[in-house]
Amino acid sequence: MTPTLQAFLIVSVALFSIGLLAVLSRRHAIFILIGIEMMLAAANLNFVAFWRFSPQSQSPTGVMIAIFSIAIAAAEAAVGLALIIAVYRHYHTTNVDHLDQLKG
Amino acid sequence: MNSTAFALIAILTLAAALAAATLQKLMHATLSFAVALVGVAAFFFLLGAEFVGLVLIFVYIGAVAVLIVFTILLTRREVGKDRGVNWGGAVLAIAVFGGLMWAVLKSQSVSIVAPHIRALTVKRIGETLMTGYVWPLQCVGLLLTSALIGALVLVMEEKR
Repeated sequence: MTPTLQAFLIVSVALFSIGLLAVLSRRHAIFILIGIEMMLAAANLNFVAFWRFSPQSQSPTGVMIAIFSIAIAAAEAAVGLALIIAVYRHYHTTNVDHLDQLKG
Repeated sequence: MNSTAFALIAILTLAAALAAATLQKLMHATLSFAVALVGVAAFFFLLGAEFVGLVLIFVYIGAVAVLIVFTILLTRREVGKDRGVNWGGAVLAIAVFGGLMWAVLKSQSVSIVAPHIRALTVKRIGETLMTGYVWPLQCVGLLLTSALIGALVLVMEEKR
């Protein structure tokens, strides 16, 4: 018996929810970035799984979208980490609860 | 595709991801995150997209995980402990998990087995990238360049 598309979708849902858990429940900015990366990886897993289980066409669209999405995630991580370092220089903390200067 | 490999990779990936989301020490969490990404890359190998799996390993473990480790070391003053969990966020995440699971289990049309496919060689990927996807490729190149310059500008020391 081989795994069906449903099994891959369930793993992807679990990975996405764990990423969301990390984003919503942690206070450290780097944890939030890790959570976002995990959610992006879950979305990539979905793209590739749907490509593999669909009737095949000439161009491998799902794989292409996954490659572009990985490139964009790398750019996002670089800018996000640069932002964290810039914020740390100003406020000497990376705890997002303490970054409330714009609060009304 | 066989289900033993699938189950093993699924357990490894989800356990590592859960560890990354819940461990107290930032460094341990980052290393667990790298392990979880190895698991996702293994899924890509299992699905027959070897090139994407390799790209994932190169980009995420070779670049992003190392970048995160460097950031942790650079922002080390309050040594990376993160106490206190926001329970509202945890409840929301579990609710989203329940909703998505319900939707996946409810739809019968996704319980299909994989059809036989032509192998996805690097040559085919390259041809597709250079024919149908030239404009997205150029845009991603531009995006990566500007992101690199932006990151440099953000962390540059101000002159006094």
